[in-house]
Amino acid sequence: MYVAVKGGERAIANAHRLVEHERRGDRNVPELGTEQIEQQLSLAVDRVMSEGSLYDRGLAALAIKQARGDLIEAIFLIRAYRTTLPRFGFSVPLDTADMAIRRRISSTYKDLPGGQVLGPTFDYTHRLLDFALAAEGNPAPPVTAPVDTAERFPRVTDLIAQDDLIERNPPENPGQPVGDLTREPLAFPAERDLRLQNLARGDEGFLLALGYSTQRGYGRNHPFVGEIRMGEVEVEFDIPELGLMASLGEVTLTECQMVNQFKGSLTEPAKFTRGYGLSFGHCERRAMSMSLVDRALRADELGEERTSPAQDEEFVLSHSDNIQATGFVEHLKLPHYVDFQAELALLRQMRRELETRASTHPEAAE
Amino acid sequence: MSRTAENYRGYNFAYLDEQTKRMIRRAILKAIAIPGYQVPFASREMPMPYGWGTGGVQVTAAILGPSDVLKVIDQGADDTTNAVSIRQFFEKTAGVETTTETEKATVIQTRHRIPEAKLQGHQVLVYQVPIPEPLRFLEPRETETRTLHALAEYGLMHVRLYEDIAQHGHIAKTYAYPVLVADRYVMDPSPIPKFDNPKMDDCAALQLFGAGREKRIYAIPPYTKVVSLDFEDHPFEATKFEQPCALCGATDSYLDEVITDDQGGRMFVCSDTHHCETRRCEGHVGHLGMPVTEAAE
Repeated sequence: MYVAVKGGERAIANAHRLVEHERRGDRNVPELGTEQIEQQLSLAVDRVMSEGSLYDRGLAALAIKQARGDLIEAIFLIRAYRTTLPRFGFSVPLDTADMAIRRRISSTYKDLPGGQVLGPTFDYTHRLLDFALAAEGNPAPPVTAPVDTAERFPRVTDLIAQDDLIERNPPENPGQPVGDLTREPLAFPAERDLRLQNLARGDEGFLLALGYSTQRGYGRNHPFVGEIRMGEVEVEFDIPELGLMASLGEVTLTECQMVNQFKGSLTEPAKFTRGYGLSFGHCERRAMSMSLVDRALRADELGEERTSPAQDEEFVLSHSDNIQATGFVEHLKLPHYVDFQAELALLRQMRRELETRASTHPEAAE
Repeated sequence: MSRTAENYRGYNFAYLDEQTKRMIRRAILKAIAIPGYQVPFASREMPMPYGWGTGGVQVTAAILGPSDVLKVIDQGADDTTNAVSIRQFFEKTAGVETTTETEKATVIQTRHRIPEAKLQGHQVLVYQVPIPEPLRFLEPRETETRTLHALAEYGLMHVRLYEDIAQHGHIAKTYAYPVLVADRYVMDPSPIPKFDNPKMDDCAALQLFGAGREKRIYAIPPYTKVVSLDFEDHPFEATKFEQPCALCGATDSYLDEVITDDQGGRMFVCSDTHHCETRRCEGHVGHLGMPVTEAAE
């Protein structure tokens, strides 16, 4: 007999209890601490902070724990928390030339002022499972070299710009309001500040695939890694009422500047062009992908024909957000039986009409 | 659950902060002033997923007052899981009275249905909208569709409807059936079955539509003309059912088909659970139902 889908309230409450139980897993295994996540799954924390658009390692670690390691779910928790926070204003533009460098590589020059700093990277590791790590990992302390604090690490793009071989950065414009797509709905065409904001919080997998597609000919832009740098940068906040510049602390950033093929004309000397990527924490893959996509999205500005998905601003910016994407894809789980019923009714009606036609005019149906 | 309830305590009435509510109310006022026009708004990230009613929830949060009585339905029913979840959200964050009775509610948030009972002037119906743009599947670009609306250029839509007739003999849209609002804007009524379309016309209640992911709000003010698109020789026709509700015997309500066994057994029951219950309490009995007094035992 007909049993309505009743008892939704109890089912929901019990499902919440069950998911908490599953999250904890076998209670004979020690519970994971958020400090452990923060320290030992630090790249997951970095990704959650980047796509969650909130620089807080502790909260990101908590979100990862609560989400059972589902990073998109963790990003969702962070976003939903972030949206409730008051907004005081905008920081002074960060100066990444002043970064306390922990890693800095350039693929365009063999050596350069400040040098190449390999830093903590998986690059050149052989991807062999370390079975000993399954039992215990107690690595040797890192090798250190004396640090010359006076050493400067000028940005590679700035070095290239000295010869005027690369397009200039847009001039500073301190009075210009900063776009914020979390406060104003995104409209098209979007300015580059909003595009970069969108990409900076976009899904890493989506950016990676789009960046990759440009390398395979779908909007090719001939990139060189001018520079990737990772380290700590101070965040400052200008308070004109108090006449002072307050330091809000340091953030770890990864910046990637791509140097791309030229733009020029018969009258204008050819110059390299730029693609820019920036991420919280140590997220090289994401910063690189972002800089490829940023460059591809500048097609109109640089007079290139838009032929590929990565160059299509509306396509890219409308589908980069994994919280929007996962919500809408997963909403197909919700009941749709009212609409399905409407479809069923029409389908049955059309089939009946065909049968009627076939029985009255058998030859017409063939 | 208790932990969740505690977390909510730090939040403002109905979750959203007052500045955000003002921003949403401004969008709502603009939407009411231009019936059927999609107003962009700075949709917030809500603690439930996009696609699960974040637009409707934000609209409800922005208009809800402490004395309001809230009803939430999904597929016409008060007890579907997502309706329960959204109702609980407002019980916790706003502490407003909630109800399943259509007549008692001042604000009704809905997904995919309009209640069967005729809505009144003091009521607001808030729709959850997945894709607000009626032209989206004809033209994926927002820049293009906004221009088409500005020029009231709806030829594409009519061609689509005509092609359906040529191919299937019918307009093959059975839900989210496009309407023309106040003789100006073609509007997506959200994925309600076209059965419900006539209820939008000349409705006494204010109808608000919220699309969170797509960041749009639109509205049908009370007593506004709403016409389902059609052709003179293929007039709009609401879906009809061949049998009455098996539980309450209603012949004028939208029915859900329920599969009762694996031998092809089917029964049809009202999708509007409150409507069905009310009728059964009034003594109506369908062919598979039983009188309410007995069922209660």
